[in-house]
Amino acid sequence: MTLLSATGLQTVYGEGCSRCIESTGDRAGTNQCPHCGSVVACAEADLSVREGEVLGIVGESGSGKSSLAEQLALERDPDATTTGMVDYDGYDGNLLAVDYETRHDLRTSDIALVHQHIRDGLNPEFTGGGNVAEKLLSAGWRSYEDVRDRVQELFEATEIPVDRMDDPTSTYSGGMQRRVQIARALATDPELVVLDEPTTGLDVSVQARVLDMFRQVQREEGVACVVVSHDLGVVRLLADRTLVMRHGRIVESGLTDRVMEDPHHEYTQTLINSVI
Amino acid sequence: MTALTVDGLSKTFDMHVLGDTQVVGLDDVSFDVREGEFLAVVGASGSGKSSLLKCLYRTYDPTGGRVVYHRNALVDSSSDNSSDNSSVDLASCDDQTVIGLRNTAIGYTSQFLDEIPRVPAVDVVSRPLREQGVPAEEARQRARELLSRLRLPEELWEAYPATFSGGERQRVNLAQALAPKPDLLLLDEPTSALDPDTRQAAIDLLREYLDADTTVIGVFHNTAVIEAVADRVVMLEDGQLQGVVPVDDYDGEVVR
Repeated sequence: MTLLSATGLQTVYGEGCSRCIESTGDRAGTNQCPHCGSVVACAEADLSVREGEVLGIVGESGSGKSSLAEQLALERDPDATTTGMVDYDGYDGNLLAVDYETRHDLRTSDIALVHQHIRDGLNPEFTGGGNVAEKLLSAGWRSYEDVRDRVQELFEATEIPVDRMDDPTSTYSGGMQRRVQIARALATDPELVVLDEPTTGLDVSVQARVLDMFRQVQREEGVACVVVSHDLGVVRLLADRTLVMRHGRIVESGLTDRVMEDPHHEYTQTLINSVI
Repeated sequence: MTALTVDGLSKTFDMHVLGDTQVVGLDDVSFDVREGEFLAVVGASGSGKSSLLKCLYRTYDPTGGRVVYHRNALVDSSSDNSSDNSSVDLASCDDQTVIGLRNTAIGYTSQFLDEIPRVPAVDVVSRPLREQGVPAEEARQRARELLSRLRLPEELWEAYPATFSGGERQRVNLAQALAPKPDLLLLDEPTSALDPDTRQAAIDLLREYLDADTTVIGVFHNTAVIEAVADRVVMLEDGQLQGVVPVDDYDGEVVR
């Protein structure tokens, strides 16, 4: 069952003009329109995510992968103009056009974003447990006992020491903070989690364990995921299918192992051959 | 009953980094595989053995031909696909269908263990079972049984395979492929680094799987292994099929 699908998704920073799309992208070799100077962060993007599936998006900095993922996670940037259609199984209409209240409800219960930068997703002054509890409270949970039990359950699932639950998040290691973010994202049993560069700021030794934990929980909960990374290794570990982006366009998509071992597009071949 | 029909399978690689050179991996390969049959694929290095397995598993996108997987010949363990046709062309079906088949019916293992950093051997093996919904402890127990059958020393079960020897990794790799009991198993040199005793243990395990009607297509270099397990031998040279012969007619050489 398709959970979410996007067609013709497009995000432009700047005034935009009638020649923006034809003048940018893979063939043009740039994401900036030479006529009006606008940046076409992503355009002509079609994708779908099935229930429980992990979709990877790879590309270098500025390829548009985060812009694309943010649209799916209902992030809104006032400086950007976004067009296209995003269908979601749990909502009748275009996700890009939802009002404030619907957006809040969907982000609370259905679609969660794990920010690349921990400070964007967590309040370091709150306790680790408090950061997770906040999500539950905004979803309408009221019983102190229920919230506490759920937070403890999530700490266990994401392998955070439960006895650290009442310590300020700022005293946690980077790996633990990332786990708190993931626990928070999973708190209300969402249908879709968007992970933006999940290994940013983590030691190599911690990265693998966090990714493996996430994958385990993701499979057990059956939650679908869109994972954005410049790191092919991250996507290889997590994603069933992968999109490759360049200059604001999806240049290739397919089964992750197929994209890695039999890359078709010239850019993907270069990318695969550049892995150290 | 036919399990798989390979018909005119071709694979050409467009190497953009080499100035758009075309490299032929497979050229018009056709053969049938019966349910429960064990096919050994042989040929010199670069003859297309691994390419063939990867095309069947869709790690490579075939550029021509068909690979018809006859689902009616196999127990379809996925419940929500009952309305589907009884056979599916693995060369052209969509990615979602391939993912579904990989989770339920088709297993693959390469020569190289695709280990996950900092995940113990027993969890590498139990992972596919857990993804099929087997409870954690039961999955680990089955993983331990397989590792034990493949003679991996018990003190390594909780260790990380990244530090293992080639033969130890290969045992983890084979155990991981066998654990979910796929209907169709694609094996790419799963025994090349094993000592004779362990190789015999692997052969015994594979035989058990054959008795359970698993269909196997495997690349093996060792003639003794082929003679012990294979029913027929598929011979490749330069990406072309040289013939398919009963194992009794196979003399250990790629005959022209």
